Amino acid sequence: MSDHEYTPKSKVGKWFNDRLPLLTLANHLTDYPTPKNLNYWWTFGGILTFCLITQIITGIVLGMHYVAHADLAFQSVEHIMRDVNYGWLIRYVHANGASMFFLAVYIHIFRSLYYGSYKSPREVIWIIGMLIYFLMMATAFMGYVLPWGQMSFWGATVITNLFSAIPLVGESITNWLWGGYSVDNPTLTRFFSLHYLFPFLILGLVVLHIWALHVPGNNNPIGIDIKKPSKDTVPFHPYIVIKDLFALLIFLLIFAFFVFFSPNILGHADNYIEANPLVTPAHIVPEWYLLPFYAILRSVPDKLLGVIAMFAAIFVLVILPWLDTSKVRSTVFRPIYKQFYWFLVADVLILGYVGAMPAEGLYLLIARVATAYYFAHFLIILPFLGLKEKTTPLPLSITEPILGGSPDMAMARNNSNYKEKL
Amino acid sequence: MRKLIKLSFFLILVSSLFFTKANAAGEQHDLLEVDWSFKSFFGKFDRASLQRGYQVYTEVCASCHSLKHLSYRNLAEKGGPEFTELEAKAIASNFEVTDGPNSDGEMFERPAKLSDKFVMPYANVQEAIAANGGAYPPDMSVLVKARKGGANYIYSVLMGYDEPPAGMELDDGVYYNKYMYGNKIKMSSPLDDDIVEYADGTKATVDQMAKDVTTFLQWTAEPHLETRHKLGFRVIIYLSVLTILVYFTMKKIWSRIETKV
Repeated sequence: MSDHEYTPKSKVGKWFNDRLPLLTLANHLTDYPTPKNLNYWWTFGGILTFCLITQIITGIVLGMHYVAHADLAFQSVEHIMRDVNYGWLIRYVHANGASMFFLAVYIHIFRSLYYGSYKSPREVIWIIGMLIYFLMMATAFMGYVLPWGQMSFWGATVITNLFSAIPLVGESITNWLWGGYSVDNPTLTRFFSLHYLFPFLILGLVVLHIWALHVPGNNNPIGIDIKKPSKDTVPFHPYIVIKDLFALLIFLLIFAFFVFFSPNILGHADNYIEANPLVTPAHIVPEWYLLPFYAILRSVPDKLLGVIAMFAAIFVLVILPWLDTSKVRSTVFRPIYKQFYWFLVADVLILGYVGAMPAEGLYLLIARVATAYYFAHFLIILPFLGLKEKTTPLPLSITEPILGGSPDMAMARNNSNYKEKL
Repeated sequence: MRKLIKLSFFLILVSSLFFTKANAAGEQHDLLEVDWSFKSFFGKFDRASLQRGYQVYTEVCASCHSLKHLSYRNLAEKGGPEFTELEAKAIASNFEVTDGPNSDGEMFERPAKLSDKFVMPYANVQEAIAANGGAYPPDMSVLVKARKGGANYIYSVLMGYDEPPAGMELDDGVYYNKYMYGNKIKMSSPLDDDIVEYADGTKATVDQMAKDVTTFLQWTAEPHLETRHKLGFRVIIYLSVLTILVYFTMKKIWSRIETKV
């Protein structure tokens, strides 16, 4: 992992470092050679770390005031909003923070899809990432249940009911999840417990994610292997740190806009109505970030197959490194894949849109076509395209972006061929 | 820099997508739009309107609708109707609450204090439903946030009573309302001209009362709205300045490398 031996300068430092090499780790992190051509799409890893920490800190404070009980939860949230000092701020940061977290994670995932960051030798980073994403969805779903509003209750009812589709043991599993015969107080208390636990599992996986990243090092926009350290890399600190900080600040501006001026726009009005098992809301919709999967679930007429399709939609992502047969990582050099990439982006956005609409008529038809295309992209298009596609020539290194080209970056930048590619 | 512009543009595009989606599904009638004083970035409550709105609430709405998440002390707090503490105490003392048990083990009645929650018109949901022909008058503490369209929706419903269109059959105790879901509402039109007498001499038209009580309900739903706007403005300014400083710092640091950032 470390590229050179590191010895602390001070005696105390050396004494400590010999017993626990924390300083070696710190040195590795600051010196970590990073490709110098990373664009702003690469800043979302840092942004996501920030999001996770923010959610954990605000969540711990909320947990001090929140009461996980079916009769008291809604009231305790209002207590936080009204009587706890800056409770409204902490809760709005936490609630909108979840949305910002998902916004960032979707950009991060689609970055990886565009530049082929999931390909060898980075498959394990990708799989850990998908585990994190899956845990994030579970955590966010359970968090949305905690205020015990109408959408909390009925969202929980719909999602937990999915497990009843499993043959033979489905009903037992559902009752086991509920801790009873319907979504009720036992469901709420266990969701609270798990909602508190999962972020720390995510944190552990994030450490592994970064560890696994530091073995091969970052991918980069042109997706070629580079020598590290070399003319193609810069040390993580200060170059990447300052760039990540700048991107984070832009992200925070958008975040702050939501928190202070539109805190409820991403939520659903019905969740300010206390949960009532006797009144079903007109439309039960999950939070926006789960909508594409919700659309896939509803597009299949059979309940069990719908559930399988929904989980399969995530699972195809896990095995993506082996579905994409192309050896070339970056889409920059894959003219045909580039088009399919944007089709996929559009497809997922369409799925998200129809997921928010009632599952009937034209919406249902669109959802079915989009679901079919989603799976076709991963199971048919990617494996075949990788074998057939004629890619454009790869550069030798970042500083020599043209085959046998000039080592002078300024000249290379002015080269129209290079401009077109980036 | 070009990449940066592209990135911000993308982020704005994505966020605007949510906005349009959140507002997409249409009502049967477009809601009435009011240029509320609390709406914009610097939005604040109209103090006099909040006080009048409280009057409309107590004299009209409070006979059926509770405000169970509010305490009487809230009426004197900053950013709200800002009654003086004496006024708020006087308001509270008009209500009787059950306290106890005392040293004899008995419950007793006493006038409400600032620390008490708003007294509810009914003892429980069942009583409220029974007294209102099977329809539950919802608690109004967060009503503005619990309805799509927010303040405009509440105002529209209050203004939306009308003769039913020809051919529409209405049962006893059901009224026609243009903006209500399904156009049927079990609450009769609650406001009539001069149903309350404003202490500040404002003419109590239905429109005036509807605006005042909606403003009041916006405050009950978001009691810290003014602080939020004020703090938000400062946070945005702070972040903007910091972003600019960090941008130039970044440029300076990266100038050592021939790659553009």
